[in-house]
Amino acid sequence: MAPGTARQRQVEQLLAAREVVVACGPGGVGKTTTAAALAATTVARVGGRVLVLTVDPARRLADALGIGGLGNAAIKVPDEAFSAAGVRPRGELWAAMLDMSESWDALVRRHAPDSRTADQILGNPLYQNITRRFAQGHDYIAMERLYELHEGGEYDLLVVDTPPSRNALDLLDAPERMSEFFSSRLLRWLTVPYRSRLVNVASRPFYQVADRVLGSQFLQDLADFFILFQTMRDGFVARAEAVNRLLRDVRTTFLLVTTLEAVPAREAEEMLEALQKRRLHLGLLVCNKVLPSLLSDPAVSRAAEQLAEKAPQLAGQIAEMLGDGVPNASADVVATVLGEVASSFANFRLVATREAELLGELSAAHEVSATVGYRAGNITDLAGLLAMGARIWGDEEVEEPPAPRSTRRQGQPRREPGPRPGGQRRRPRRQTAEGGTAPPAGTAPPAGHGEKAADMRRAERTRGTGGQPGGTSPRER
Amino acid sequence: MIDLLERQLLFVTGKGGTGKTTVAAALGLLAAGTGRRTLVCEVEPKGDLSAAYECGPTPFEGRKVVALLTAMSMDTEASLREYLRMILRVPVVGRIGPVARAFDFVATAAPGIREILTIGKLCYEVRAQHYDLVVVDASATGHIVGQLAAPTGINELVKVGVVQSQTRWMLDILRDPARTGAVIVTTPEEMPVSEAVDLAGRLQQETPVHLACVIANRVLPELFGRGEEHVFDEIALPGRRAELARSVGAGDAEIAAVFAAASLAVTIRRDGAAHLEHLRRELADEVPLMYLPYLFGRAHGLRAIRRVAQSLGEEL
Repeated sequence: MAPGTARQRQVEQLLAAREVVVACGPGGVGKTTTAAALAATTVARVGGRVLVLTVDPARRLADALGIGGLGNAAIKVPDEAFSAAGVRPRGELWAAMLDMSESWDALVRRHAPDSRTADQILGNPLYQNITRRFAQGHDYIAMERLYELHEGGEYDLLVVDTPPSRNALDLLDAPERMSEFFSSRLLRWLTVPYRSRLVNVASRPFYQVADRVLGSQFLQDLADFFILFQTMRDGFVARAEAVNRLLRDVRTTFLLVTTLEAVPAREAEEMLEALQKRRLHLGLLVCNKVLPSLLSDPAVSRAAEQLAEKAPQLAGQIAEMLGDGVPNASADVVATVLGEVASSFANFRLVATREAELLGELSAAHEVSATVGYRAGNITDLAGLLAMGARIWGDEEVEEPPAPRSTRRQGQPRREPGPRPGGQRRRPRRQTAEGGTAPPAGTAPPAGHGEKAADMRRAERTRGTGGQPGGTSPRER
Repeated sequence: MIDLLERQLLFVTGKGGTGKTTVAAALGLLAAGTGRRTLVCEVEPKGDLSAAYECGPTPFEGRKVVALLTAMSMDTEASLREYLRMILRVPVVGRIGPVARAFDFVATAAPGIREILTIGKLCYEVRAQHYDLVVVDASATGHIVGQLAAPTGINELVKVGVVQSQTRWMLDILRDPARTGAVIVTTPEEMPVSEAVDLAGRLQQETPVHLACVIANRVLPELFGRGEEHVFDEIALPGRRAELARSVGAGDAEIAAVFAAASLAVTIRRDGAAHLEHLRRELADEVPLMYLPYLFGRAHGLRAIRRVAQSLGEEL
C-alpha cells in the first residue's frame, strides 16, 4: 500500500506486532463495533488470521460480518463479505462469541480432578448462582477464554471485546481476585468440618451470626459446595496467574473506546489511570460518535448568529426565491426554518464544546489515537466496519458508504412517530395529540441522507477542519 | 395506569449510562414537591446521587436534601446490622465488626444474600411507613433481575434461618402493582433500547415486580415541523444557499456548515426515533412510554435534575 501517514504506519505496526488487543471502555460507546472494525481492517490491510471475540453482540454484528450467528465456536467470515465491500482480504477474519455458562462449564471440566467431581460441581444448585453472580465472574471468564485462545496459537491476532464493568478495575483485577478467592482464609473457614468451627475462637462469632441468619443447613450446603470447588484450586490459581501474565505481556495491548459524553468519558479516564497504574500497554484510544469540528468553528458560529438575526427580514425574500414550485414555502415557514437551523446550531455547538473539553482532558492523559464521527444509522455490513477502521487508521479521506437506505426506503415516513421532546421545544406541540406524528404528507422521499453526510464532509473540507492527516480535529492537537 | 408517584416503592433501572440516577433523583424531587415524604436510595454507592443532588455524602442513615426529601446509599453490612438490631434483637452489634469481612465473603459467594439485604432494607422502609415513596436508583440491567428475584430465589436455597422467614412480607410488597413498580430508563440508541426490551421481558418472567413504565431519556427535539423539512432541503440547494449566504452577509462555506449541522441534527434525531419506534413496538401496550428531552445545557447537578423533574412532571 501507499507509504501512508505516520499514524497509519503506527496503527499498522501495532497490530502487526501485537498478538492480543483487549478492547475496554464504558458500556454503550460502540466497543464491540470498534473491536470488530479493528479486526476487519487488520485483515484487509495487514493480513493474518484474526479472531474477534465478542461478549454480547447485537444480532447486527453477526449480520454485518455476513455470518448467520455467533457462538462459542469461531466462524470464518466469508471472503464474499470482503469482496462485497470491494476489498480483497489479505488474511482471514474469524468471529466468536463468549458464552458465559458454556465457558464456566468448560473451565470446571478442565480443572476438576476427575469427571465425577466435575459432575458434582456442575450439578450443585449453588454452582449456577455462584458462577453467574460471583463478582467479576464475567470479566474473569472473558480473560480466561482469551488466554485459552492465545495458547491455542491458531490466530495471529486476537481482538477481544470485554463485558461492560461496573468498575473500571474489575476487568484488570479479575484474574488476581480469582486466585485470591481460592487462597482466602475465609474459604478455608467455610470448608472446615462443622464441629471444629465451633472451637475456633477467631471464627466463632461469624458462625454464630451466620447460623442465626442463614441457618446451619445452608452453611453446610455452602461448605459442601466449596469443598468440591476447592479441588479445582491449583488449576484455577495457576491459570489465573497465567492469564494475568498474558495481560501484562509485551504481546498484549489495550484499546480504550469511549464517547465524549460526561459519564463515559469520566469512566474512560478512570480506566486510563488504572491501565497506567498497572503499567499495561494502551495502544489505542478511540473516541467514538464525536460531533464534527465545524460545530466548534468560530466563523461558522458567527454565521449561525447572523442567520438567526436576519432570518425574520430575509424570510420574505427567500420565500420569493423558492417560488410556487415549493409547497408551503411562505415567509412564515421560511422564517421558522431558518430560525430552527440557527438555534439547532447553537444547541449542538454547546454539546460540541463540552465534547471538546472532555477530549482535551482525555488527550492530556493519553494521546487520542482517533476520533470517529457520528455516523447516521447503524453499521450493517463489512464496508461500514472497514470505513470505521479507516478512521482509526487515520486515512486522510474516508469515503463512508451511504447510510443504510434500505431501512428508510420502505415507505418509512420521513418523520417517524416519535417522542414528544418536552422542554426543548420552543413551540407548542404541532403533532397529533399523543405525540404520534401522522406520516407527513407531501414530504420529499427520504433520499437526502447520504448526500447530507457528503455535504457535511464537503463543508468540513471547505472549512479546512476535516480530513487532516490522522482524521483528527485541530482541537486534539 | 396507576400514577407513578402513587406507588410506594419504585425501582429505577436500565442500561448503565442512560441516566438512571438522574431519573431517580428527579422522581424523588418531584414526589417531595407534591408533599410526599420521599426517600431516594442509591443501591450502588458510587456517589452519583450525591452529585446529582449536590448535597454532600448520602450515608446509609440518610441525608436531607430538601423538605420531605431524604437521600441514602445502600450498605449491605449496615443493613445487616440494622436488621439484626431492630428485627431480631440479636445482641451482636458490638461483635459484628470483626466478622464483617467474613460476612462480605459469604455475601459474595452465597447467592442472594447481598440482594436480600438490599431489598429487605427497602421493603422495610416501605413497611415501616417512614416514607410515602421510596425511589430506588437500582442496579443496572445486568444485576437488577437477580436483585428483585432474590426474595423468591432465596427460599429455594436457604431452607431455614431468619433470612428465609423474612421473605414473605417482602414478596407481599414487591408483587403488588399498586405499591411497587419498576421503571426502565433508556435512551434512543440501539443497545439501550434492546436491553430495555430484554429487561422488560425478564422482569415479568423472573421477578415479582411489575413494570410501571419505560422512560426514554435524552430525546432530541424535533427540528422541523410538518412540511418544514422540505423547505429546508430546498433552501439548502447550493445555488439558493449561496444566495442566502450573500443576503445574510456570511460566507457560503460557513452557511453550508450551519446547514450541514442542521442536517446532522435531523439525522441523529431520526436514528433515535427509529429506535424508539422499535421500543414502542416491543413493549406491551399497557406499559406507558415517556420521553425526557435531551439537555443541551448542563447535563448534571441539581439544576439539571430540576429541569428533568419538570419535564417528568409534564409527562406524568
